[in-house]
Order: sequence, then structure tokens, then C-alpha cells
Amino acid sequence: MQTVFQQIINGLSLGSIYALLALGYTMVYGIIKLINFAHGDIYMLGAFWGYYVINVWHFNFISALLSAMLVGAASGVIIEYFAYRPLRHSPRITALITAIGVSFFLENGMSYLFSSNTRDFPQIIKQVNYNLGGVLISNIQILILVTACILMVLLQLIIKKTKMGRAMRAVSVDPDAAELVGININWTISFTFALGSALAGAAGVLIGLYYNSIDPLMGMTPGIKAFVAAVLGGIGSVPGASVGGFLIGILETFFQSIGLSAYKDAVVYFVLIVILLIMPAGIFGKNTKEKV
Amino acid sequence: MKKSAIKKVVSFAAIVMTAGIFAGCSTAKTQTKGNTQTGNTVKIGVNMELSGAAAGYGNSQKQGIQLAAQQINKNGGINVNGKKKKIKLIIRDNKTSTTTSASVAAQLTNNDKVSAIVGPATTNAGTAEIPNITKAAVPSVSPSATDPNYTKQKNGKVQPYVFRACYQNNFQGGTAAKFMTNNLKAKRVAVYADNSSDYGTGLAKAFKKSFKGTIVDSQYFSEGDKDFNAVLTSFKSKKIDAIYVPGYYTEVGLIVKQARQNGINVPIVGSDGMADPKLAQIAGDKNASKVYYTTPFSDDVAKSNPTAVKFMNEYKAKYHADAPTFSALAYDSVYMIKSAIESEKSADSVKIAQGLAKIKNFDGVTGKITINKNHDPEKPIAIEQLTNGKVSNSFNIK
Repeated sequence: MQTVFQQIINGLSLGSIYALLALGYTMVYGIIKLINFAHGDIYMLGAFWGYYVINVWHFNFISALLSAMLVGAASGVIIEYFAYRPLRHSPRITALITAIGVSFFLENGMSYLFSSNTRDFPQIIKQVNYNLGGVLISNIQILILVTACILMVLLQLIIKKTKMGRAMRAVSVDPDAAELVGININWTISFTFALGSALAGAAGVLIGLYYNSIDPLMGMTPGIKAFVAAVLGGIGSVPGASVGGFLIGILETFFQSIGLSAYKDAVVYFVLIVILLIMPAGIFGKNTKEKV
Repeated sequence: MKKSAIKKVVSFAAIVMTAGIFAGCSTAKTQTKGNTQTGNTVKIGVNMELSGAAAGYGNSQKQGIQLAAQQINKNGGINVNGKKKKIKLIIRDNKTSTTTSASVAAQLTNNDKVSAIVGPATTNAGTAEIPNITKAAVPSVSPSATDPNYTKQKNGKVQPYVFRACYQNNFQGGTAAKFMTNNLKAKRVAVYADNSSDYGTGLAKAFKKSFKGTIVDSQYFSEGDKDFNAVLTSFKSKKIDAIYVPGYYTEVGLIVKQARQNGINVPIVGSDGMADPKLAQIAGDKNASKVYYTTPFSDDVAKSNPTAVKFMNEYKAKYHADAPTFSALAYDSVYMIKSAIESEKSADSVKIAQGLAKIKNFDGVTGKITINKNHDPEKPIAIEQLTNGKVSNSFNIK
């Protein structure tokens, strides 16, 4: 029983990272129908930024996290401005290929500038384990879970309660009509990218702190898994992305704990296929019929 | 499984194709076998993983190779039958791909006309290289291809032009198994291996074959994984005496960290892929206790070995970092070729191959090396113990 609870905690802390990343995918997709494959690399940029400011400028955890969110947001906006905005009216596949290109550019650019070595993330928060009836939970796991939840709630508030959030929802429903009623589309899309990328930047610092190991290619696999989580939850849906992220984290942990570690990714993707066959729009996705 | 099968087919097709292309060239060549050396330099080709998945290891090996070549050239070069000739390195990237490795080998042997090749770092890329170098009769020394069958042909005979500077898996895995039983008195062991390279799976297989106690559980991780909590938690409930983790320091460092944080305090034993100061940095000094690994290049052994001391100092002066095992193995590979050339008094590729096969008591950074009849190096093996991130003890295993 202890083992089961321990595994649930493992799954939740892994899942919260996927969830944070999945939110960025889902928001960008919801608004401009673009799968931003460079999203995982913004997470890597966030981790490297955290590494840099903590080591060189001796930032504490909170300021490192906030500054990484700012850097993530800025890089998201810059990427959108230079790579995606000029292609807004070209076929969707063009933008998709550009996204893959941006991802490769960031990964290999960082490898070139800072070498592809793995480095150890400065441990600014000392790890303490709490023993709850045989189940170990560390302060960093709690921190990740809590930060992820706070950020997700904050995001939900921004989308549902603010004027900017209303603009985002309007653009996602019908960009042309939104423009007609005076919403600045460019500004709204930039804001969406900033918001999603800020979450990725935060995830980068959290992961760096938790696993103590960062490298330029670290965004690749989590990026793809987060994308899967977003699809699973119903791409375009914000609560769906959070649930999808936690689900993928727990599934992965579950399959490893029953001894299928060699096939964990295969099994996770298999589950994805099964879920999508049963619910093509994902768990929270709206099943809209297109009129011809 | 399917992917690797496709890869194999593709690489085979590429080899056949390149072989076909170069068949035309070889008929036009003179009758002598291999690449004969003319001019004032000895050309050594480097077929290395400089980009792609194994780029980290490939690049440290490249640094070792460059350091060796630079040292040799500074001292006048290689003595080829009384005439000093400088080394000219021709470095090509095989992108950690079997097809590219095969074509790089063809390019090095046919166009660049090298006398010998250092590399590749991985067994897969190394195996892809063999048909082309055998056809051209140019020997290659791989610093780190550990698969037991790498130097052997299908019928069990040795590959005439294939050599290596590292241990093969059976030796290293077997040593770890003996150490677990004799020194650690471990009876119930869990194996957690890297399955993204045949280094990890090969060692795991060799270990399981020779370990006398019970293998309680056997799990796999892949390169780039960061979360090992799930598997470690399931190990914890199984009453284990030790964990065997053949893999590289990038992942094993994290396994050590997460195991200790999960309250697993049993010894963790690994392989020479862990022999890097980064291991303790990633795991955290506090966590890196009761960690053991097999290594040819232990600090203790190195201190009593003048070649190693010289290598470590010069490496530090050139690259401002402690030398990783991979650089040491690559450095030895270059010096093994030098020693073969000098003993055969010729830089012709066929002669170098003969010289490499005869190497005895060669003073390497990674120990005294003797090449046996399977073209595997026989050299001492040590096990180092880490306590609080520092090497605290080393065991000699006979």
C-alpha cells in the first residue's frame, strides 16, 4: 500500500511538469491552430536561464523562477514575431514545418554555443524528505506540485476573467469576427505565446531543481509527451491539458512500477491511440461536426 | 525491434551501394593490398560520433585523439623505419548513424587514403564500418565499442582489421558480478540497465550470466530519461542487497540521486561509463556514497602510472577540465597505432594491422595493454568506491 501511494506521488510530480508544458501547446493550438513544436525548447531555455542567473547572479528560487518565466515569455513572443507571424496566412503545414525548424534551431544552437554536455543545476533549495506513514515526499516535489497548481489556476483566471482572456477566447472562435469587433489579433496572439511560454520557462526551472540535470536536448522528449498530454486532454482545452499531463505522468509511473520499464513509452503511446480511437476529440475536447 | 531491423536493412543496403560505387576504383588501383604511405606524414582517419545521440562521448574522444596527435607531433612525429613522420588527422563525423559510418569509412580509406582509423565510439557504428575497412585492408581501433562480438566474424574467427582499446562486456560485467558476491556479499540484486545502447544491454546480459545470486528484478531505462522514481520505488519493496546499473553517468547520476532520496541505501554498482567527475555533481556529493564502478582508469591506479599522470596534466592544461575515461581510451588508441607503426617499421595499413595484433605490455593511460588473439585488450581492471562524491577506495579484482 505504501508503495502504491509512493508511486502516486511519483506520478503526480512527473505529471505536473507535463501539465505545465501541455498548457502552452494547447493555448497556442486553440488560438492559431498551430502545433508549436518549439515549445519544449523554450522549457530548455528556461532551465538554462535559471542555471545562469543562480550561478552568476546568485538569484534565489522565487526570482529565478519569475525571471525564467519572463525570459520564456520574451522568447516565445520573439519566435512568434519572426517565425510564425509572417506565415499566418500560408497553409498550416508551412507553419508546422517552421515550428520543427525553430525547435532544431534552438536545440542545436544551444548545443553549439554551450556544448551538449549535461550540467548540474545549482541546488538552491535543500531537499528535505517528509515521511508520512512510510511514504516519502520531498519539499521539492511539494513545491513543484503547488507551483504547477497555482500557475494553472492563475491561467484559468486570466482566460476566464480578464479582458485579454476574453479576447483570446474570441480569437480562437473566429479571428475575422474578433478583428471586426476591434480586437487586436497580433497583440492577442503574442500574449498567448507569452503566457504559454512563461509556463514552459517555469517548468524548466522546476525540472532543473528537481532532477538536477539539464542539457540542450532536454526539451525533446518531454515536449513530445506534453504534446501527447494536450491531445489526450483535448487539444485546445485548458483543463484538458492539465488533466492530460497528470494522466500521462501517472500512466508512465504505473507501467514502470509493474515492470514494463523497457516499454513505458510504447505503452503510453498505445494508451493514447486507444483513447483517441474511442474519443477522437480527447477527454475534454468539443466534438464539433464540420459543415461541408 | 522493428526499427532496428529496418536500420540494419538500410545500413546493409548503404554498405552494398558504397561498396558497389567503390568497386570501380579498386580495380583501377595497383595490385598491393591496403593503403601504402607516401610523403612525410602518416594519415590517421577519425570516424567519430561528433553529432547525434552519442555526440557527448564522440567529442570527448576527439579531444583525446587531438591531444595525442599534438603531443606526438610536438616530439617530432612517429618513427617510421628511422624517418620521423608527423601525424595528419582526418576527422569525419558519422553523425551516430550506421549508414554514415559506413560511407565515412569508405571515404577515409579510398579518398583520403589513411593508414589507420580511430573510432567509431559505438558498437553499432563500428560494426557498420567493418566491411569497408576490411575491403580496403585498413585497420581501425575503436576506443569504446564494447560488444563481445564486435571483433569477431560470424564464423567466430577474429576480424583481421578490427581492434579496440576498451574492455569487452563479458569481462566487465563478469568482474562486477564477482565483486558483488565476494566483496559486497550481495545475494539479491536488481539490474537497471540502459537499453538505448548495446553497451548497457550487453553489460546487463553479461552480468546476469555470471552472477551467482538471485536477480530479483531487471528493468530498463533509455538515454535522456530523467525520472527513475517509479522503478526505484518498486525496487525498494523487493528487499534488495545491491543494484547493478550499467549505463552512462548522465542517467546513472540521476538514478543514484533518486535512489538515495527514496531511502534506498544499498550499494549501487556500475560500469566505466560512470567514471566521470560529473557523476557526483549530478547525484549530489551527499548522495554519491556506496557507489562502485568498474574502471580501467582509476585515479589510484593512475597515480602510480607515469603515462596517465602526464596525460591527465596535459589534458587539463589543454581543455581546462578533468579527463574523462573516453578521452583516455581514445588517446590510447592513437598511441597503440603509433606503437604498431614503430614496431613494424612501416606505415602501410596492412603492416599496422599486423603490428596492432602483436602489441604486448604497451604502456597506456588505461593500464598495461596486451592485445589477445580476439583483438581485445587485456589490461588490469579496478573497482572504485565513491564516498560523499569522492573516490575513497579502490579494489583490484583478479
